[in-house]
Amino acid sequence: MAVIHGKVWKFGDNIDTDIIIPARYLILPIEEAKEKAMEPIRPSFSKEFEKSGIIIAGRNFGCGSSREQAPAVLRALGVSAIVAKTFARIFFRNTINLGIPAIECKEACDKIEEGEEIEIEPETGKIKLLKQAITLQGSKLPPFLLEIIKDGGLIPHLKKRLIIGV
Amino acid sequence: MGKTIVEKILGRASGKENVSAGEIVNAKISFLMTNDAVGELTVKAFEELGTEVWDRERVAVILDHFVPATTENAARVHSLLRAFAKKNGTHLLDQEGVCHQVMIEKFVVPGDVVIGTDSHTCTYGGIGAFATGIGSTDGAAAMATGELWFKVPETINIELSGTLKEHVYPKDVILKIIGDLGADGATYKALQFSGKSAKTITNAGRFTMCNMAIEAGAKVGIFEPDEITQKFLKERGKEDGGEFFESDLDAEYCDFIPINLQEIEPKIACPWSVDNVKPVAEVEGIEINQAFAGSCTNGRLEDLEVVAKILKGKKVNPDIRFLIAPASRKVYQQALKAGFINVFLEAGVTVCNPSCSACFGGQGTLWKDEVCIGSHNRNFRARMGHKDSKVYLASPETVAVSAITGKITDPRRLKK
Repeated sequence: MAVIHGKVWKFGDNIDTDIIIPARYLILPIEEAKEKAMEPIRPSFSKEFEKSGIIIAGRNFGCGSSREQAPAVLRALGVSAIVAKTFARIFFRNTINLGIPAIECKEACDKIEEGEEIEIEPETGKIKLLKQAITLQGSKLPPFLLEIIKDGGLIPHLKKRLIIGV
Repeated sequence: MGKTIVEKILGRASGKENVSAGEIVNAKISFLMTNDAVGELTVKAFEELGTEVWDRERVAVILDHFVPATTENAARVHSLLRAFAKKNGTHLLDQEGVCHQVMIEKFVVPGDVVIGTDSHTCTYGGIGAFATGIGSTDGAAAMATGELWFKVPETINIELSGTLKEHVYPKDVILKIIGDLGADGATYKALQFSGKSAKTITNAGRFTMCNMAIEAGAKVGIFEPDEITQKFLKERGKEDGGEFFESDLDAEYCDFIPINLQEIEPKIACPWSVDNVKPVAEVEGIEINQAFAGSCTNGRLEDLEVVAKILKGKKVNPDIRFLIAPASRKVYQQALKAGFINVFLEAGVTVCNPSCSACFGGQGTLWKDEVCIGSHNRNFRARMGHKDSKVYLASPETVAVSAITGKITDPRRLKK
């Protein structure tokens, strides 16, 4: 799996799904809903965000609703990976199912600055801080979850398996 | 070593005799629910797989969030979901009530493994089912295969003792527990409500407590089914349904939390997080603009009865609006028969259609700096409307008493 390289966009603890995408926008098609991502705390996020950027956050990222629109709007904006101290359970599963690496790292949020460039190796969980020239160790995803990410999400993964019949 | 109720249910569903916390199992699904908040993503992901629904009798599509449609996008999603249900022959519950209330009224029985594309699916643990919220893609995969992988959760045993004091409800108990655990204190875990006093909590109270397990991050909340559950099943004409599992006496728990119900006071969750829990007495006097009673947490007949008792012969404060949304059509009818709806109308309440309503800002959307007190489950910033609005969560009685005074009020004060 290729190394992910991107600029960091930083958020705090307990970023809930109503921050990522407020409930009343769930009815919008994803391409419209993505404009509202993070609106309650950072209304300009969708405009400022640069494709292939990486989100770094604190504890319990994605808590609250099971709405898959939360990782889906982030994917639509071009988020290439999310690193958090911890993830809420359903959000974590949804993120992987959409093919986005979700890596837990206790130090990342404290050591990495907004706008910094970093590199992530999904297989090893290593996070390289290019300017600071240090490497942090994040969580290693089990092989079956890496396979889902590699295939671009659970649906392409299942389709491949249905076709190949493995 | 003995097994927890959760290990037993997942063991049976995965065809294994012995499963333990931490193990990953592939479990057969008893029932799958999706709704109009996330159904479009579920259906699209499912259609991409190009396969058939594994069992049409075990899939329910429920329109409950954006009903009746007030925007073209809502109408579009509803039209898409109705067509999907018709084409695939699944159950379609169109504007019948909040998905979780409809599910427990019609489909779920003890011992089931139920998944729903809504985080409050954990409500069904109230009758001893393993029920949890999932995302749309997992929902689509399960719709095709009838199975889903789960990591068997460790269980926190919450042992209830003592008796609730007057003006204190299961809602206050679960708010206290969430306040103590924190918003991520039970992530990946099961909350089991046990102990002698668990047997004194009504079905409605059990649903309220399990419903909010997710607010501490839990995968499921669960009560061991008993005679009270049996009564609930009988009322639904399903007395022979399901399997009653209970935890072994020597089951292994990751944590043990004793709660004496006698010591609990009326509680309130303050903005903007459900674990920001305080005694109502500490925040009394905050002026409100709106009160809301309803939702999958506290929109059942028992909850509406509490509200009706408070409102009878009184008026809602003229400076506020009070919205009540019965949790289902059935609850609405029962409330009508019992005379509660008339009490609400006389008091000046706006009675809404059975739906998720103000809980997520679908109705009763708040403007800047407005304050709402509600009997629902989440007070996240911007959920009910403007990013600078505020939502407090409390029991139906605290909500009703506050609706009369126009400010947050300790329910014990009214009778003094």
